[in-house]
Amino acid sequence: MLEVHNLSLSVSIQGKRVDAVSGVSLTLEAGRVLGLVGESGCGKSLTAQAMLRLGEFQGVAKSSGDILIDGESLFTMSDERLRRTRGGRIAMIFQEPMTALNPVFSIGSQIIEVIRLHLDMDKQQARQRAIDLLLDVGMQDAEQILKQYPDSLSGGMRQRVLIAMAMAADPDYIIADEPTTALDVSVQKRIIALLLNLQKKRGLGLLLVTHDFGLVAEMCDDVAVMYAGQIVESGPVKEIFDHPAHPYTRALMGCRPEVSETGGALAVIAGQVPPPGQWPVGCHFAPRCTTADELCSAAVAADVWHDYSHIARCVHVVSK
Amino acid sequence: MSSVLRVSGLNKTFAAGGMFRAIGADKKAVVDVSFDLKAGQTLAIVGESGSGKSTVARMAMQLLSADAGQIYWGDEEVTHLRGRGLRGRRRHIQMVFQDPFASLNPRMKVWESVAEGLRVHQPELNRSQRRDSVAEVLNQCGLDESGMDRYPHQFSGGQRQRIGIARALIVEPKVLVLDEPVSALDVSVQAQILNLLKDLQQAKGLAYLFISHDLSVVRHIADETAVMFAGHVVEQGGVADVFGSCHHPYTEALLKARPIAHPDERDGVESVIATDERVAEKGCPFKNRCLYAQDDCATFDAKLNPQGFACLHPLNISSHE
Repeated sequence: MLEVHNLSLSVSIQGKRVDAVSGVSLTLEAGRVLGLVGESGCGKSLTAQAMLRLGEFQGVAKSSGDILIDGESLFTMSDERLRRTRGGRIAMIFQEPMTALNPVFSIGSQIIEVIRLHLDMDKQQARQRAIDLLLDVGMQDAEQILKQYPDSLSGGMRQRVLIAMAMAADPDYIIADEPTTALDVSVQKRIIALLLNLQKKRGLGLLLVTHDFGLVAEMCDDVAVMYAGQIVESGPVKEIFDHPAHPYTRALMGCRPEVSETGGALAVIAGQVPPPGQWPVGCHFAPRCTTADELCSAAVAADVWHDYSHIARCVHVVSK
Repeated sequence: MSSVLRVSGLNKTFAAGGMFRAIGADKKAVVDVSFDLKAGQTLAIVGESGSGKSTVARMAMQLLSADAGQIYWGDEEVTHLRGRGLRGRRRHIQMVFQDPFASLNPRMKVWESVAEGLRVHQPELNRSQRRDSVAEVLNQCGLDESGMDRYPHQFSGGQRQRIGIARALIVEPKVLVLDEPVSALDVSVQAQILNLLKDLQQAKGLAYLFISHDLSVVRHIADETAVMFAGHVVEQGGVADVFGSCHHPYTEALLKARPIAHPDERDGVESVIATDERVAEKGCPFKNRCLYAQDDCATFDAKLNPQGFACLHPLNISSHE
């Protein structure tokens, strides 16, 4: 299991350190797909990057909490062990297949580099493994692809290469940050199918970071909804779609054009997400919530077990 | 209803250039595109990156000259107008860009950015008259005029897109060209902007040329749609017809690729094998990716037929047609 315990992360804004992620807990289990959804600025990418301790390179610091991989803390392990964990046990797939590959090296040399970094293989073995990996991600002319450079591949092909690289060291967990957002719509579904296929075949724990409820509906077993640095609702995907309990989740699902009637006005959420440092006291969503009252801004909302495995952070949600 | 923007037979080819001139082929970006946009209507041009949809928009605005074809703004042909003659007429058609962060000058106050069009089209106005106009148009776009002396970085993405719309509207155009106006925005903000666009259209009788890759958004906002693939319009018609029973396999592929609304709609039938995503050089440009392609597609001249699609083996054709 990959567990995030009560994690808070701070960033520097105009010289002051303020929390951008506040008390987030998540559990990613092997063989399951967990969706982390939210709008831009909610802290979902910071949380995902923290699961590889990547944010620290950009001035993100942990203010409290812990992240455990199979019971071992990422924050107390040695640098060498952390390096082996990154890419070895937890791999990441980024949004932009255009920038994540180096344009001056061939596809083959970039995949083989990753393989030899993590696995004890000579060049021939690594090359064979690279071919197997490319076949695994649906690229049937793998030998040819090895010799090509990133600019000769389409966006969908590049994302396949990046998925192959993420699989290079047989990781147990994959963090995918908006893996299809930069791709054309007709290519997206194939990449989704491919990711799910690999996830099932290898029993991976997959964390999908996205702003798109459509993608969550398509891929996830469980979902956690983030708003202004906090997880406001989490539970099994069907339960969340059928019975969203938190007003933010309900509002966010309602403003998607694909669920609205043609012609009429779309449902909206008035106002905007408050940036870190300007979160309101009490419930972070209260100023935009149509059902908020004085209770909401008086007390910090605690998690309510709405139902078995379904949690919502709202003082007005009733426990079943 | 009167036509406010009409193009016929637009073509554009970009020459292969730079260090690849010797090996590259000229790229046909737009092939024979025609449409007629009426006052108060929305035409959506749908397609993926590289389909030529933005090139069509730029030609319709006369920001890029067409190799062939005619462009009419209202009753007037503007195809061959240049320079001053064009500038005086530009208030007819204005543009809203995709990225509200990149399209506003960060060093200009909001009111100065919004008022820029007035300096060209109504130079007789003095400063306080210009500020009054800006305040009015900002209010129409759902922004408080008290923000007009602030700078763009003090606004959120959705607010900046409102500023971008205000900036286009201040010269009272008949047509707005909207190039992916909501694709950089969060879904809750996207809904606000789409509602604003609908309200403005009703209040002012504006016509929209709406460029998008998002079919859910298009279905919501457009009256007519033209689906583009590799520079060709492959299907064109009313939104209800095209989305209800499409004839071109590419339109079908786009419709199938839409995000699902609920986990129960998962079908799990998608293949995981990579296919040839390249555009076919000869015949129907879509044939490499087409599930229904046959031998004769290799020699098919992909032109729209009078029924509004360019396909030899169309879908959803009932026998009595």
